[in-house]
Amino acid sequence: MRANSLLTKALLGVFGALATAGITHASQPINMTVGVTDISRDVYDLHMIALWLCVVIGVLVFGVMIYSMFAHRKSRGVTPATFHESTTVEAVWTTIPFIILIALAIPATKTLIAMEDTSNYDLTVKITGYQWLWHYEYIDEGVEFYSVLSTPRDEINNLAPKDENYLLEVDNQLVLPTGKKVRFLITANDVLHAWWVPDLAVKKDAIPGFINEAWTNINEPGIYRGQCAELCGRDHGFMPIVVRAVESDEFDQWLADNTTNSPEEIEEVEVEIEVSAVTQ
Amino acid sequence: MAHAENSYYIPHGSHWPIVASIGVCTLFVGFANFLNGVSWATPVMVVGFAIVVFMMFGWFGTVIKENEKGMYNSQVDMSFRWGMFWFIFSEVMFFAAFFGALYYARVYSIPWLSGDGIGISTNEFLWEGFEGSWPENANGPANIGGEYTPMPAWGLPAINTAILLTSGVTLTWAHHALKAKHRGQLIIGMILTIALGAFFMGLQVVEYIEAYQHLGLTLGSGIYGTTFFMLTGFHGFHVTVGAIILAVILFRIIAGHFSPERHFAFEAAAWYWHFVDVVWLGLFIFVYML
Amino acid sequence: MSTVAADDHHDDHVESPYSIKRWLFTTNHKDIGTLYLWFSFIMFIIGGVMALIIRTELFQPGLQFVDPQFFNSMTTMHAIMMIFGVVMPAFTGLANWLIPMMVGATDMALPRMNNWSFWILPFAFTMMLSTLFMDGGGPAGGWTLYPPLTLQTGDALPFVILAIHFMGLSSIMGAINVIATILNMRAPGMTLMKMPLFVWTWLITAYLLIAVMPVLAGGVTMLLTDKFFGTSFFNAAGGGDPVMFQHIFWFFGHPEVYILILPSFGVISSIIPTFARKPLFGYASMVYATGSIAFLSFIVWAHHMFTVGMPLAGELFFMFATMLIAVPTGVKVFNWIATMWRGAMTFETPMLFSLGFIIMFSIGGFSGLMLALAPVDFQYHDTYFVVAHFHYVLVPGSIFAIIAAVYYWLPKWCGNMYNERWGKIHFWLSTIFVNLTFFPMHFVGLAGMPRRIPDYALQFSDYNMLATVGAFGFGFAQLIFLFVVIQAIRGGKKATSQVWENAEGLEWTLASPAPYHSFTTPPVIK
Ligand code: HEA
Ligand code: HEA
Ligand code: CUA
Ligand SMILES: [Cu+2]
Repeated sequence: MRANSLLTKALLGVFGALATAGITHASQPINMTVGVTDISRDVYDLHMIALWLCVVIGVLVFGVMIYSMFAHRKSRGVTPATFHESTTVEAVWTTIPFIILIALAIPATKTLIAMEDTSNYDLTVKITGYQWLWHYEYIDEGVEFYSVLSTPRDEINNLAPKDENYLLEVDNQLVLPTGKKVRFLITANDVLHAWWVPDLAVKKDAIPGFINEAWTNINEPGIYRGQCAELCGRDHGFMPIVVRAVESDEFDQWLADNTTNSPEEIEEVEVEIEVSAVTQ
Repeated sequence: MAHAENSYYIPHGSHWPIVASIGVCTLFVGFANFLNGVSWATPVMVVGFAIVVFMMFGWFGTVIKENEKGMYNSQVDMSFRWGMFWFIFSEVMFFAAFFGALYYARVYSIPWLSGDGIGISTNEFLWEGFEGSWPENANGPANIGGEYTPMPAWGLPAINTAILLTSGVTLTWAHHALKAKHRGQLIIGMILTIALGAFFMGLQVVEYIEAYQHLGLTLGSGIYGTTFFMLTGFHGFHVTVGAIILAVILFRIIAGHFSPERHFAFEAAAWYWHFVDVVWLGLFIFVYML
Repeated sequence: MSTVAADDHHDDHVESPYSIKRWLFTTNHKDIGTLYLWFSFIMFIIGGVMALIIRTELFQPGLQFVDPQFFNSMTTMHAIMMIFGVVMPAFTGLANWLIPMMVGATDMALPRMNNWSFWILPFAFTMMLSTLFMDGGGPAGGWTLYPPLTLQTGDALPFVILAIHFMGLSSIMGAINVIATILNMRAPGMTLMKMPLFVWTWLITAYLLIAVMPVLAGGVTMLLTDKFFGTSFFNAAGGGDPVMFQHIFWFFGHPEVYILILPSFGVISSIIPTFARKPLFGYASMVYATGSIAFLSFIVWAHHMFTVGMPLAGELFFMFATMLIAVPTGVKVFNWIATMWRGAMTFETPMLFSLGFIIMFSIGGFSGLMLALAPVDFQYHDTYFVVAHFHYVLVPGSIFAIIAAVYYWLPKWCGNMYNERWGKIHFWLSTIFVNLTFFPMHFVGLAGMPRRIPDYALQFSDYNMLATVGAFGFGFAQLIFLFVVIQAIRGGKKATSQVWENAEGLEWTLASPAPYHSFTTPPVIK
């Protein structure tokens, strides 16, 4: 039949395209990051458990369905059965998913409880979202600064080649110590934003007038990039987050000689905020 | 009419719905422009409103005429009943949204802003020193709208509760009179009910004036003023609509409509009135008393 | 008591389809159903073109075609068009066409109101679309309308809000009509537990509608008063909370997504038994499962808000409740497969779309279950993983079910068979392209691409490109649908009354095309 040959061609085309993409760009990530904290690892594990569970259930369920589609087709001359209910099987396929869900809920509950425990922290950073930049304040350390996208406008407008960290780079990075429990106090100044760094598995909404708490304890030094994760207006896509995690003593050193923004500079940025729009 | 009791009446086309759409759309466009401060908005709103009123006369008039001609059998009557009943249910859900907002503000947002529960840091870092409570001091940490005195429950509101409850009784009395063919009592019952409704609205206006002029309580008095005026305001609007419906029913009674057995419109109006009554009880408990 | 149509003398006099008056003033459930379905298709093109604008901008990193603000209003409008303008009207159209025929009634219970329910829509959507041309542009705060951002909308705001009120009015009246029809217009002997599942699922959907549309109306009213009348619902400084809006919105929004899927379940439950030539397995449990889903849908809303910073107990409650929904939904899927089991299947177009529905809806359901795990949702939330999830349940879910329904009942509606070969081609192209569009979104989402952004980091470029290609393919594939439907309306092989070999239900006892007034004498139900 013509439809079938057309179909085969189309199928081949699509899988060809997918395969080519897969081979030529094996480097593009397709899964969640494991991250660099104990929590992020737990979250990743939970994600993989849920994913494989769904795959297994899917294979079983669709397997039965596809088998039936081949075996129980009219063209094979079968006569249809007439059964149409069975309380036993209904009970079975209500109970089994229920049990599976309970099994899944237990580790999820544990991880969630751990994530929400913001007690016993070593350091507090207050994070405030603005349209469209972030402000960081190290509570009781006398250090605060703004952090703005540093990708040049020409790259965004396709007038210059794009850098490796296109849209994921800022002028002032948030410097944090490794091996310390850091508490984040997250809020916003104008509209909702959300502070998200995938490698830390921290995502919390920044809400004007309220403070949300989150925490992290980074295991490895490095640079971790994230983005604003709540629609906040025209430049929502242009307010990234960059965390630089350093060893604890290096961090203390950094804090000590940090004068990232003098009060005047801060004021200057505050004036700029009024008119800022990266993409205009 | 041969087909009356055994056929379900399906009208053959109607132009009222499209008139309704044009009317409501005009009204909305006018109102939206009004909010945006456009100068020609008000006349548009007026025209839209006029079309809506015209439509209501026409549409309901048609239905009443058809009904009086006996074109509706008992099954049609039943459809109207289901329709009215679930319409009222949807109204209940509309109020539920505002009651929900009141609940949320009292139980969550005000305490959190004051540092309770998960609000410790919120209070410490953003609103230090704010101690909200309810009903006093519930206009938020910025003291929006300035100092105010909450509306006490045991003055006008209590009287209003009594008035509305009484109006429910007089309406039921009228209903019994209708069923028992006591036309005089029926008409008196209706007039009393409508009068009580009007009286209620009058006192509500007095209360609002009192709030604005003496208590410093306005729609802008933070979340307290917001929930107070939005809930009582929407309720008052529904009382007004209910009273208008009852007035229409009264005119129909005077015109000789309704029989002891068949008087769905009367019942629908009564249901609506009782619904408005029940919402008030909710208001009295949750807005005024607690 | 019988249900004979009104005045016999003007009863069967049907005006010509070219008369404008017929369509404007009609009180006939079939005419109104037709209006709804065509309206829905036009909105599908508009909403689809908006999706293509989104996809075109996202074809490559960098800003190429549209301004970010306009991009955001495309995202917002696309969702509003698709949900309120496509899926809901399409289902109401199907309800209009089918419910009176399925329960053995002459027409819908409240025919004049039925007309108004439809004729609100063109006005409401004109109002909504016109906001794109206003000062400050259209609404750009996402279809979820979260304050304070939404309050930054320019002149469009009051129009958007009033248009939503208007649409809500239409849905509520439509739902009331469905309820009145089902509860009051069934032919004698058509007990509730004999009703086809499409009727059951719509009854439950109608209850969801009248329960939550007014709540949305309340929520957007609060936006309006916060903006124009100085109230403090969503303002912390005045004791309110922006998050309060989210609770109100999702109390509407989550049941809303089941409003978008339950009638599909009804459609699939009608089609599978026909082409498996075997009665539906577990009818009663299907009804109970639908009821359970509807009930649960009221107590899971905050799974859209895991990141707003709720108390731990709240997060746990909403996580557990959400996970539970997999159980009744699973029952549905298993029942469909048990219906197919040991049947004698053939694979006409409606069956193909239904089978595609089962598999791809389940895939969307699986990702939904993953999202339900609160700690992991912190990573998924507001990424393309969520976008992938809901497009799987909405496009190869709701949209496929609507398409399946149209193929399945079209011969009954217009009296002619559609072109089977082109129907199949339509199915295969749609299936391939829909996966090409939305499957890669899982990848970029997991890799960290936020939603609602007009430009993205370089590591997301390949899969975005694929998705864009898929979107255009899927869009063009729908032209086949348009062509097949028009062809069938204009002529073709005449359909018998039963149309499908094993089709069961009252609608198949009527002639094809179905007479203008469905059952002028009530049918006898065995
Ligand atoms: C038709 C619409 C529809 C449907 C049916 C669903 C169904 C489900 N959805 Fe989805 N959802 C949306 C539309 C829909 N959703 C939309 C539009 C959004 C985004 C809104 C926005 O932010 O803009 C969203 C977002 C969304 C979120 C929020 C994500 C976020 O923003 O962070 C969550 C989280 O819990 C979620 C969960 C679920 C679950 C658990 C189901 C369940 O009902 C799925 C149940 C089905 C199955 C599980 C498959 C079949 C079952 C079996 C084969 C049995 C065995 C299975 C197991 C035991 C696992 N959805
Ligand atoms: C029922 C609901 C529904 C449907 C059917 C669709 C259909 C589609 N959606 Fe949509 N979508 C949503 C509901 C829906 N969506 C929601 C709720 C959101 C969230 C919004 C928010 O964040 O606020 C969203 C967001 C959303 C995004 C994310 C935007 C962002 O975060 O910035 C994207 C991106 O790719 C997208 C793409 C698509 C595509 C390609 C289709 C395609 O399936 C469309 C295909 C259809 C057509 C193309 C039209 C028909 C075509 C013809 C008749 C042929 C002629 C036309 C041409 C080819 C030119 N959608
Ligand atoms: Cu800030 Cu999005
Ligand atoms: Cu949901």
